[in-house]
Amino acid sequence: MLKCRTVWKKLAPLARASSTVCRQNVRRAGLTNGRIPIRVPTAHMSTGPAGGGGDNLKYALLVGLAGIGGLTYAVKTLRGDQKRYEERIAEIESRPHKATKGPVTDVQTAAPAAEASETDAVPEPELEAAPSPEEPSPPAENAAPDAEAVAHDAEAAPSSKTTEPPPADEPVVEASPEEAAAPAAVPVVEEVDSTPASAKVPSHAPYLLIGGGTASFAAARSIRARDPGAKVLIVTDEPDLPYMRPPLSKELWFSDDPSVTETLRFKQWNGKERSIYFQPPSFYIKPEDFDSAENGGVAVLTCRKVVHMDVRGNKVKLDDNIEISYDKCLVATGGIPRNLQVIERAGEEVKKRTTLFRKIEDFKSLEKVSRNINSITIIGGGFLGSELACALGRRSTESGLEVIQMFPEKGNMGKVLPEYLSNWTTEKVKREGVKVITESLVKSVTYKDDKLEIHLKDGRLVKTDHIVAAVGLEPNIDLAKSAGLEVDSDFGGYRVNAELQARSNIWVAGDAACFYDIRLGRRRVEHHDHAVVSGRLAGENMTGANKPYWHQSMFWSDLGPDVGYEAIGIVDSSLPTVGVFAKATAKDTPKAATEQSGTGIRSESETEDTATSPVASATPPPVVEHKDDYGKGVIFYLRDKVVVGIILWNVFNRMPIARKIIKDGEEHADLNEVAKLFNIHED
Amino acid sequence: MSSVREEGKDTIIFVTKEDHETPSSAELVDEDPNDPYEERGLILPSGEINWNCPCLGGMASGPCGTEFKDAFSCFHYSKEEVKGSDCLEQFRTMQECLQRYPELYPQEEETSSSQTSQDFASAEPSGLNSTAASEQDPDTTLPSTESSAES
Repeated sequence: MLKCRTVWKKLAPLARASSTVCRQNVRRAGLTNGRIPIRVPTAHMSTGPAGGGGDNLKYALLVGLAGIGGLTYAVKTLRGDQKRYEERIAEIESRPHKATKGPVTDVQTAAPAAEASETDAVPEPELEAAPSPEEPSPPAENAAPDAEAVAHDAEAAPSSKTTEPPPADEPVVEASPEEAAAPAAVPVVEEVDSTPASAKVPSHAPYLLIGGGTASFAAARSIRARDPGAKVLIVTDEPDLPYMRPPLSKELWFSDDPSVTETLRFKQWNGKERSIYFQPPSFYIKPEDFDSAENGGVAVLTCRKVVHMDVRGNKVKLDDNIEISYDKCLVATGGIPRNLQVIERAGEEVKKRTTLFRKIEDFKSLEKVSRNINSITIIGGGFLGSELACALGRRSTESGLEVIQMFPEKGNMGKVLPEYLSNWTTEKVKREGVKVITESLVKSVTYKDDKLEIHLKDGRLVKTDHIVAAVGLEPNIDLAKSAGLEVDSDFGGYRVNAELQARSNIWVAGDAACFYDIRLGRRRVEHHDHAVVSGRLAGENMTGANKPYWHQSMFWSDLGPDVGYEAIGIVDSSLPTVGVFAKATAKDTPKAATEQSGTGIRSESETEDTATSPVASATPPPVVEHKDDYGKGVIFYLRDKVVVGIILWNVFNRMPIARKIIKDGEEHADLNEVAKLFNIHED
Repeated sequence: MSSVREEGKDTIIFVTKEDHETPSSAELVDEDPNDPYEERGLILPSGEINWNCPCLGGMASGPCGTEFKDAFSCFHYSKEEVKGSDCLEQFRTMQECLQRYPELYPQEEETSSSQTSQDFASAEPSGLNSTAASEQDPDTTLPSTESSAES
């Protein structure tokens, strides 16, 4: 049918073209013969016979040529379109299983329930398991969910029955009988394999937490505290129990213990050691004991990914096709590190020498790599990039490792700190042994002579052995489609309300949550303390609290032992800032702060030792020597004259005051007066 | 004396200790003690125990959570002269549970439940840290509330 239309479309202009040409020929003939209407008796023409005739001739020729030109173009375009269309159809047809899926699923919806459960299971995983969203014929996509619903209604049997061939076996089958035969054979094998596995996995979890990171653990704890005997199931695609991320780019690198990559324990400044795992394995209950646990508990299913979420049916499906139903669900899927496009396109040799840093395994591999190479380059000037650069820079003094850091901004933390402070920080980072290349954009990366060559857009060339790309986080919203969850286009992540709820019975917390902050507006925050605060809040709301996000989370960063800061709220260098500084004494360093409080994680030190009332101390600090030495102080970030963010620069244990100021949301006429509340000259 | 400098949209002020000696004129909004949104300390305004208080660490949520809650609740509501003396049974049960998980709850030398109840007595008024310091160690690093320090 479409072919006909195209043919007609092709023919029509040709027909028109030919007719116009005919007409034009007639006209020209008419011109020479003088029989065309233009050549009317001069009495009717406004212009003289000779001039009128000449102009008309030119006019006719112009129109004719334009007409021919236009028509030629039209024909060419249509031909090109025709060609492209045919190519597209050929491509689609070369994907036979998609084309046959339409009729297959239609047949299956009509088939008896028992059969339906087996055969329609095939299109199901194929649709979901297919990594790239190919263009399926619309009937296939619409039919599959219906078929699924039919299967689930009809079938009360345990989910292990619907196990299908894993994606690897995705049959590229043409004929439907073959397709029906394949699943019939394979599930038999699969069932044998999967039965022991499915016996371990609970089929129902009153509280299901997707993702095994900080937010998830905080929620688990909150739920267990508030709902006596609660049974909480955490499903994570990592092999590890929940752990905290900040030491992976800080404390673990400073450890003297050669087996640190195994133990993952770090010594805090005060000598107290702890593991990065929130709790040892004995804290959790085994998935096998989940159903029978009298007082409930938290169970963790590792190495399992939730690939599909059925919101109407209140259940999820794992990558091994096991289904788990839930009463309340938390989505805390975090994100995956972004990569540079130029590296993605650069080929295998470059990619295998590039680290995207986020998990324990990344820490382990980078730690190993850094021992065996001469030069490493970190691309990215934000928190992670700068912290890793400093950590590796420290090592460079012992091992002779060359550490380079490059980024497009003018200085480290250029998007967070005001320019003067960013510049100051960059100097400090350089003093940690890092070669900082500012204002650099990577044009391409090649592998040559056993070295990586990074070509910058301004022509500079950097040769290195390994690259760490720390260029941001892509929030993981894989479940948005199947669950029907809204995704935020400004900040990324799942869109949730002020109470972190996405839909009934579904909450989102942590890096993946784009939530409404009553004070500061809609935002998405990628910090450890926010994961804790939002995870706790989600857990509270999952147990009926109905509280909005109110307790503002904070974050911190240490760039070596001399530069550390804590921050809260919206800390964006594009906002106008007011910084109030004093001179730092030897007592004002991150090292000192944690030594005092006895903790390594800054958000914890808040509770240990909050500032005393602002009373002048007996011994005054040393006199200010260099005015431009930003030793310690407080920086206010303003939006419409209201403080929306505060950085405590080398000033510690004052976070409650900062939190209060942001919570108030007042316009303060003189921020120096507000700065007085922080007592920056004291310890 | 303080110095002020403008760098584009950013203002930089350097202050000496003397500059900041006079009390601040900045006004802060009064706190509402019954604000339902606020984070709470160990004891809620209603008098109940806030089991979700970060100050408790993982005690209420771990494998011995139920036993801990029973013991601590009993202690909290105890009207005896020696507070908690009517809760020995619960404390003993809790202690037994804690001993089953030495990795989670590293035991001190003494294991008497009376010692533990004394620790609870000291914990309550301060409302900050939980009892045995050893409980902090294996615990998570969730931030505690500031309401005890604020207001």
